[in-house]
Order: sequence, then C-alpha cells, then structure tokens
Amino acid sequence: MTQVSMTVNGKTVSGEVEGRILLSDYLREDLRLTGTHIGCDTSQCGACVVHVDGKAVKACTMFAAEAEGAEVTTIEGMANPDGSLNTIQQAFQDHHGLQCGFCTPGMVMSAAALLEENAKPTEAEIRDYLEGNICRCTGYHNIVKAIMAASGQDVSAIAGE
Amino acid sequence: MYAFDIERPTRIADAVKLLSDSSESQPLGGGQTLIPTLKQRLAMPERLVSLTAIPEMQGVCLSDDGALCIGGATTHATVAAEAGAYPALAALAANIGDPAVRNRGTIGGSLANNDPSACYPAAALGSGATIITNTREIAADDYFQGMFTTALDDGEIITELRFPVSEAANYQKFDQPASRFALTGVFVAKFADGVRVAITGASEEGVIRWSEAEEALSKDFSADAISGLDLSGDGMISDLHGSGDYRAHLAKVLTGRAVSAAA
Repeated sequence: MTQVSMTVNGKTVSGEVEGRILLSDYLREDLRLTGTHIGCDTSQCGACVVHVDGKAVKACTMFAAEAEGAEVTTIEGMANPDGSLNTIQQAFQDHHGLQCGFCTPGMVMSAAALLEENAKPTEAEIRDYLEGNICRCTGYHNIVKAIMAASGQDVSAIAGE
Repeated sequence: MYAFDIERPTRIADAVKLLSDSSESQPLGGGQTLIPTLKQRLAMPERLVSLTAIPEMQGVCLSDDGALCIGGATTHATVAAEAGAYPALAALAANIGDPAVRNRGTIGGSLANNDPSACYPAAALGSGATIITNTREIAADDYFQGMFTTALDDGEIITELRFPVSEAANYQKFDQPASRFALTGVFVAKFADGVRVAITGASEEGVIRWSEAEEALSKDFSADAISGLDLSGDGMISDLHGSGDYRAHLAKVLTGRAVSAAA
C-alpha cells in the first residue's frame, strides 16, 4: 500500500492505496466522486478526463499514486461557487451539447482545458482538441457549438442538429 | 491488473537503484502504453518505478553545440510547446495521440517501448539523435533493434535525448484513426553532410532508414528525386489496416510530401 495525499477540487484528501489503483478508481470508489465516468477503460474514450495540475489527463490511464501532491479538478469542481453551472456547463445545456450525457464530464473537462490554452478556438481547433473524447450518441455538432458559445463566439449562424 | 508496488523516486540514482534491486521491477514513464498493457495482464511486474517525479529528467534546452536536449521524462505536450528550435520535432510531438495522452506520455517512454508504429522513433532515427541513458550514450543507428526491441539493458533508463537540429526537416504521418498511431510515417531531415529518411509503421523490423532515398535526396533535395525509386513491400507489415505493398507505397508518397514540405 502507498500513502497518497492530493488536493481534489480544492480540498486536501489522503489515503492508502494499492499501487495498481487508477486515479479514476480512487476518485470514484474512495472519494465517491462519481462524476468522472469510466467509458472504455482503455484510454480511448475520454469520459474520465480530469485536470491534474491544470492539464487534461485520462484518469483511467494514471495511477492514483502518481497524483501524489497534485492539484486535481474533476467535474464536481467545475460549478460556480454558488452551485450554478459554470459558463461551459451552461453552454452545454443551452445548446443541447449532450444526449445521453455519459461522455459529458470528459467533454466539459477537455473543453475547459482547451479554452485555458486557446480562448477563442475555431471549429476545426475544437474538433481537433476533442480527438480523444468519444460521444457514442455522435452528438459532436452541438458539443462543438456549445464550446464555441462558451468562448463567447456567435453561434447563431450554426444550424442546430 | 496484477498487484504491484509503485515507487516515485525524485533522483535518477534512486530510480536506477530501485530498478536494479529486483529483476521484477519495471520503469514507468507516462504510462500511456504500459498501463493499458498492465490492464490486459500482459505484464506482471512486482514493482513499478515511476520516472515522472525526477526533475533532472524534465524539460527542453539547447546545448552549446546547437543540439536540442530533451529530458527522458518530458511529455509530448511539453516537447510540442518548447521544442521550437526544431519545428519538425515539435510538430511531430503535437500530433501524437490526443491532448490528454500528450499531457502524460513521455519521449523516453515512447523510445524505450519502440512501438513499430510510434512517431518518435522516426524522429530519433531520421535526425541521427543520441539516446542518453544512466550508463552510456547510444547512437540512434545502434539503438533500434526491431519491433519493441532496443539496445537498452534491463534496468537501464533513458535520461535524455539529444537531437542535432537539421537545416530542414519534416514529418509526415498517415494516421490510423482508431489508434492514432502512424499507419505509416516518414521523417526526412537534411543536414550539411547528407539527408536522412526514417520510416515508421511500415517495416516488420520497426523503424528503418531508406538508404536509396537518402542517397537520391542528398544529391537533389526535391520530391522528384525519389520518383523513380521503388520501395519493396517485402518485409512490410500486412494487417487488416493495409498490406505491405500499400505501406511501401505510402512510405514513398509520404517521403515526397515530407521533402516538399521541408524544402
């Protein structure tokens, strides 16, 4: 067993984990933060994307022990302090950027990482950045539209899906 | 996954000691290949020694002789952002996997694994890079020894890569869209003393040099210079994604595109 300590959504957490415990397992099973979804568990789908020290990573492809000392942000840490949806989350709701919703946590986390790097991405840049996030409902069009809207761009000319 | 212990040393010397303590220890880079491998129970280490908490293995810098030095545990995202002195290498790094994979995967891990379809082996062999380990320096020409096989000994770790910066270079990758590896990729680099061409994703030997193209391009650095060459599909990978002949054809087309883009 390995002792780990990290900051998750602003709170210090610590515990003992087996070496093989993935960050996604630690978040979901130990911390009960089940917003981080496990879709494929093979690093393909991106439903488990969280931020580790500000960088988007697949929580199913990193061990909890590797997050020792890190600042981790999950979907549960994205809402505004008053509990209302943040700009990206609200844009997903406004533009119907989800169908079944399973991929949404990872989509929102990747979108947030993209907008941190590139405040006004083009449609092509958004689609390129979402290469590692798969939506089984194939609802990409409205996801891309939501991210463009969240970055303050006019999406009125883009047709709804 | 089978159970194992995980260690996170902060110095190269400590990592080497942990790896030499037991033959069942295995180094862990960014884990973007090793973790999926462990999940499939294709590896059974007793201990993983993570190399990502070692500051001396991080970062990109230029050496006095103009070579680009990259720490073995530097992520693809960092190479993409900081290897501007060698634009072809930065562009290659920016197109590996997807953004989340690039934030974890490391250059040393990729080269140690030597996947036959990985991008970095083409850059290292095509640039004539030097692979620096905890014990020695290995020329790229001696380092790659076939699919998933390298000159590394057990417990030896890549601490740094040194890339001579060429006069002109370019990497062309034909994506295999599901895996995001190269179905075939070609790295071309022009130096004062000649041109190097390295092909990944095609040969059953892993990354290879294409000496006929190098010779032709060293005389005339233009896509036309290779138009008369014939690259055989013998010994090329054939699978459901493409035949050996298809990969050989891709390699030739991509070489031409790389030369045009670099020239």
